[in-house]
Amino acid sequence: MVKYLIIGGSAGGVGAVEAIREVDPTGTIALISEEVFPQYSRPMISEFVSQEATLATMKYRSEQFWKKHNVHAYTGKTALNIDFDKKIVKLDDGQKLEYEKLLLATGGRPVVPQMDGVTKEGVFTFTELASAEGITSKLQHAKSAVVLGGGLIGVSVADALVKRGIKITLIELNDRLIHVVLDEKASELAETVIKATGTKLILSQTVKQILGKQGNPNEVGGVLLQDDTIISCDLVVLAVGVNPRIELVEDSKVEIQKGIIVDRFMQTNIPDVYACGDATEAHDFLVKENRRLPLWPLAHVGGRVAGYNMAGQTTEYEGGTVMSSMNYFRLPIISVGKINPEDSSEYEILVDVQPEKPVYRKIVLKDDVIVGFIFLGEVEKAGILFRLIKNQVNVAEVKEKLLSKDFGIISLPETVRKEMFVVH
Amino acid sequence: MKRISVKEDACIGCGICQVYCTLEHSKSKDAIKAYLKEDPKPVSRIRIETNKPVSMSIRCQHCKDTPCVYACLAGAMTLDKKTGLVIHDPEKCMGCWTCIMVCPYGAVKPDSSGKIIAKCDLCPNLDVPACVTNCPNDALLCETVEE
Repeated sequence: MVKYLIIGGSAGGVGAVEAIREVDPTGTIALISEEVFPQYSRPMISEFVSQEATLATMKYRSEQFWKKHNVHAYTGKTALNIDFDKKIVKLDDGQKLEYEKLLLATGGRPVVPQMDGVTKEGVFTFTELASAEGITSKLQHAKSAVVLGGGLIGVSVADALVKRGIKITLIELNDRLIHVVLDEKASELAETVIKATGTKLILSQTVKQILGKQGNPNEVGGVLLQDDTIISCDLVVLAVGVNPRIELVEDSKVEIQKGIIVDRFMQTNIPDVYACGDATEAHDFLVKENRRLPLWPLAHVGGRVAGYNMAGQTTEYEGGTVMSSMNYFRLPIISVGKINPEDSSEYEILVDVQPEKPVYRKIVLKDDVIVGFIFLGEVEKAGILFRLIKNQVNVAEVKEKLLSKDFGIISLPETVRKEMFVVH
Repeated sequence: MKRISVKEDACIGCGICQVYCTLEHSKSKDAIKAYLKEDPKPVSRIRIETNKPVSMSIRCQHCKDTPCVYACLAGAMTLDKKTGLVIHDPEKCMGCWTCIMVCPYGAVKPDSSGKIIAKCDLCPNLDVPACVTNCPNDALLCETVEE
């Protein structure tokens, strides 16, 4: 019998192991991971492709991590099914693991759109080391690539491939890039920076078929767009989204909507069964309800909270919200919360635009409380605003200073400041 | 553990702490060489904020709850449990700025290369951090605080 069983060895699984060991140094922990080298940073696979990171530098935790924390790691193994009544997980090699507490940290799976040619050689997704290694192995002979999807993952892979000298066409169905976290203006500025690298951007468009190479129809030779344009290329990267991996619990008593539903303690509706990360729908502190937020830091913190609770230290998950930070194409962008309010009459919007730099900063307020912001080009004080959003601080007194050069912690009311600092 | 605290009434916002911070984090430890010749140029890990008549010198507070450590995509930020310090490993940093997004003090910033971050490390090679030693008005205090 294993005291703590974790399925998934990425951000959430690692967070859970660290938290459990803070509370319970000896209880048995076992972890199942499909990947042989699970403790790497998935967001760093673009740095791996661009050769800015190596397998050694992209380790999220050291190779001794499992040993150091006395974890029995079943790497390269898949959990096949779970018997929640008997509390047993069956592995693909026939082993059965009996548990006391179970964490589902199964993550997400990249969406592969149904279209002709999607199984051709040279078509990749981009969420795992294996896909990064696959792309890397093709780069010696590839000259051009089509990236389908202008979200964070699409932009990250485009940046990496540009650095490797590959000619990129980035295709996005929406009319702007990274539409979840950017507004029209931010996208326009980002587009200018990206196009300056020679990258071709095609917005409001998508691929309907992947075409073969002349002489070898099984290998990627190009794509056919919805408007019948043909773009030739040697590689296609599909970056259109990630779905929660819920196949283990799909026909069970575990409550699922799009993802596994968890409470503020990261517990599912089944006693002793917890879940975290991309597989779940968890608390959003801004909208105050559960939603899917497939973000690495939230997976890690969710895993930690699950770990504490599994080990008996009751801990509430603060929640996350839509938030992104990036530095692709050497353009720093941080975006948090509601940045495109649907009914603008209820919101106040403060803006600072300096297109020549480029710098674009936008803050969205509702009833004198910040609900979202985009900082593009200049990001240094973003964390102060993040705290103001998270704590729902009324900023009526400092509103006109929020975008000034002098804004800082010193602009906050003295009581807030003294709470934050040891001040004499 | 070591901590720097600020005497708000004594800080005059002169910026000398920034100068000594920059110098301490330069390769040459020589102001002229560091400014003219080093690449990437060393940056100060301190920000001076002024809201007249009050000024304040702000740096990483080595928070107990370490939001930057939990947010770090690369595993480059770690908490040293012995010293209570938040340590940044420049070799592992991928420059994603996620720590900047979550730092409540705004005390993490991109270094001059634009590829990794810079933040206060409490001058590990010195008994007392350079900013504290060189503050002309004794506005900064280096204390050992209980965990």
